[in-house]
Amino acid sequence: MAHEATHDHHDHHHAPQGFFQRWVMSTNHKDIGTLYLIFSLTMFFVGGSFAMVIRAELFKPGLQLVQPAFFNEMTTMHALVMIFGAIMPAFVGLGNWMIPLMIGAPDMALPRMNNLSFWILPFAFTLLLSTLFLPGGGPAGGWTMYPPLSLQSDSLAYVVFAIHLMGISSIMGAINIIATILNMRAPGMDLLKMPVFVWSWLITAFLLIAVMPVLAGAVTMLLTDKYFGTSFFNPHGGGDPVLYQHVFWFFGHPEVYIMILPAFGIISEIVPTFARKPIFGYKAMVYAIASIAFLSFIVWAHHMFAVGLPLGADIFFMYATMLIAVPTGVKVFNWVATMWGGSMTFETPMLFAIAFIILFTIGGFSGLMLALVPADFQYHDTYFVVAHFHYVLVTGAAFAIMAATYYWLPKWTGHMYSEFWGKVHFWCSVVFVNVLFFPQHFLGLAGMPRRIPDYNVAFANFNMISSIGGFLFGASQLIFLGVIVHCVFFSKKKAADRVWESAKGLEWTVPSPAPHHTFEVPPVVHDEELAHGHVND
Amino acid sequence: MAIVLALGAGIAQADPHPWQLNLTRGVTTWSGEPYFLNNVAFGVCVVIGVLVFGAMFIAMFRFRKSRGAVPEKWSHNTTVEIVWTTIPVIILMVLAYLATRGLVSFANTTGAQMTVKVTGYQWKWRYDYVDYQGKPISKVGFMSKLDALSDKTRQLGSGLDPYAVKTGNENTYLLNVDKPLVLPIHTKVRFVITSDDVIHSWFVPAFGWKMDAIPGIVNTAWTNINVPGTYRGQCAELCGQDHGFMPIVVKAVSRADFAKWLAKQEQASAPAPAAPPAAASSAAAPVAVASVQGGNG
Ligand code: HEM
Ligand SMILES: [Cu+2]
Ligand SMILES: [Cu+2]
Repeated sequence: MAHEATHDHHDHHHAPQGFFQRWVMSTNHKDIGTLYLIFSLTMFFVGGSFAMVIRAELFKPGLQLVQPAFFNEMTTMHALVMIFGAIMPAFVGLGNWMIPLMIGAPDMALPRMNNLSFWILPFAFTLLLSTLFLPGGGPAGGWTMYPPLSLQSDSLAYVVFAIHLMGISSIMGAINIIATILNMRAPGMDLLKMPVFVWSWLITAFLLIAVMPVLAGAVTMLLTDKYFGTSFFNPHGGGDPVLYQHVFWFFGHPEVYIMILPAFGIISEIVPTFARKPIFGYKAMVYAIASIAFLSFIVWAHHMFAVGLPLGADIFFMYATMLIAVPTGVKVFNWVATMWGGSMTFETPMLFAIAFIILFTIGGFSGLMLALVPADFQYHDTYFVVAHFHYVLVTGAAFAIMAATYYWLPKWTGHMYSEFWGKVHFWCSVVFVNVLFFPQHFLGLAGMPRRIPDYNVAFANFNMISSIGGFLFGASQLIFLGVIVHCVFFSKKKAADRVWESAKGLEWTVPSPAPHHTFEVPPVVHDEELAHGHVND
Repeated sequence: MAIVLALGAGIAQADPHPWQLNLTRGVTTWSGEPYFLNNVAFGVCVVIGVLVFGAMFIAMFRFRKSRGAVPEKWSHNTTVEIVWTTIPVIILMVLAYLATRGLVSFANTTGAQMTVKVTGYQWKWRYDYVDYQGKPISKVGFMSKLDALSDKTRQLGSGLDPYAVKTGNENTYLLNVDKPLVLPIHTKVRFVITSDDVIHSWFVPAFGWKMDAIPGIVNTAWTNINVPGTYRGQCAELCGQDHGFMPIVVKAVSRADFAKWLAKQEQASAPAPAAPPAAASSAAAPVAVASVQGGNG
């Protein structure tokens, strides 16, 4: 069956004509990639609008706009939508589009599953977002959903089922990516010749398969505790609320790396292109990603230093967490070394990549500070943590996604985006994101707890600055939308096949826009065509 | 603002204060540990940042195509890679040593001269005095919740000005309670912390730590306050709609004053709305006490 279906397409290079056929029934990795990216962008704006509500309420002391309960729904939904709706699908979309092009495969290994794993998402998010309109409101216990608080929510069942769906989608996506990378590489594309982006996704996919079921288990236990009389986390029945936190963070910490490893891959593609020099230490980069992935399984309790762990556990998790800084540092040093001795130009993708390196590193610094347990007793659950994870997630993951969009958009559409407006978008974003998040370090150090709708006047100054930065950062993203729409529909400037002067890798050997079907005949891989120079010296 | 800063520098370090940039040094025998670690780690980060970002900016300046830079071909250098893996490891070992020292001293809850039980509720705290100087205390315990003025002001559309919620010169909007926890200084106080409903977290920055209050679990922590004064904190674990509105206020007084206060409480021996805290003779915060009681009425 599947074979027949793929067979039909062999004779024509064009997409199916009907809208429904092309998009809803698609089994084409490029179309599905596009769907993922559009979905992710939509969720980026939905989640962003929740953030605007949060920052508006925090603009000054006193409650002006929303009730505290709704404020909590906003923080919870903002995080869930951004993590599961914006960042993760964006990476899957990029993987869908680029992995087959980068390894010389005609499509993903499992095209129908690919379709399914995308089309689950709109349903999952409809379920999740619908809770905002139900009596009782949406989930308000934080994205971490700690019991017993999360068990007080009327919308728990909706959220749990939505998470199950997202988890199924992610697992199918991950299986597909692993199957594609392991089975469909063009002859000559050895594992250690793959672009770093492909490597980063291979490792991420294993993380996904390992931890999404853990999350599913954790939330299912919430569900049975609430509706079926179990007592996994209920102390009155002999359960333990802290057990949930262990299970959740066993998922949660690898999850944060799921959101950053593909970003590392993207940056490792972009920097060499615009430095016109092969990536420094290709093997070290791959090993660093692998060791970060491994370590991410043994650091989870660094989110729980305040629950009263035994001394030995505190010490173990502190040391393991600090260890992660080493491979992370190696990556940063290698990017800088790639630039050193290069011949750099600063198109928009490169600007975002450079901002990523600097600002992600700042997030890594605060991460290192958070790892020191006695200091974490102060930082934990304050705005210092909020600043930390927004530096790694917004100026880390999201900036990498934007860099990737600018980098590959001409390949996808066949047109150049407006470099001028791309740069405007970059400079607005990079300035305002710091106005938004940097002052939050100070708020946290001064002791402002996170997830509060109102605060003492001592916190007023930095909150107002942060809110102004937030509104402007939010507005700047409309420029991003404009640049994309312009490039897709209106740009007259044709993109070359090799869009960037010294871009290397198979994806630049196919025409721009990439035709509906590529590499139906496996390409011949020439080592000097690959992005990372000589692997073996 | 200058007034508040002056106040912050003067009596009893009123934290948080506007434009506060760093952690508080705190007022206990232990609270210097996180402060010190924070400063050392921050310094380390700044130095590494200057080196890495400095190298990056030099690279961006020297190796730009517009200056005619020709790309080099190398992509590997084992020596350099070993160096920049080893040096961070050494730095981390130093930080780990310092952090472990601080952690071990925090974990030592032995030798306490007093025990206070802290219980979190949605959305208030309960304090029970368990023992003092080896003697059990019975029936001294009370609820401690957001003061009435803050509570009125914080309602959506109350029309009241948060800046007008003051205790003496200090703005105490959302940082004041009807009945503070009173503790003696120069006494190792052991806290046993738990919750009756959801998870909360008991957090007073001036003590240098927070500890989760978890139903079904009893956590322990300790403090030994050096300076009399009023110290304010907040619940630090999301606990529902009024999570932002269950502050913590600790009034640290001399041992003599504490003994008097305790005796009075024991006499009253009634559960919750017992006698108001005796006027403290501590120079630090007589005004504060007066209006804490004012807020009660
Ligand atoms: C050098 C690397 C890093 C270290 C040492 C580190 C360390 C930490 C620690 C200790 C915490 C817990 C803080 C607390 O709650 O008290 C934390 C929180 C967090 N980190 Fe990191 N981190 C690092 C990198 C990252 C990366 C790469 C991401 C994601 C892209 C990330 C995302 C987060 C998030 C989302 C939280 C908060 C979760 C929550 O409580 O809601 N971190 N980090
Ligand atoms: Cu973590
Ligand atoms: Cu709380």
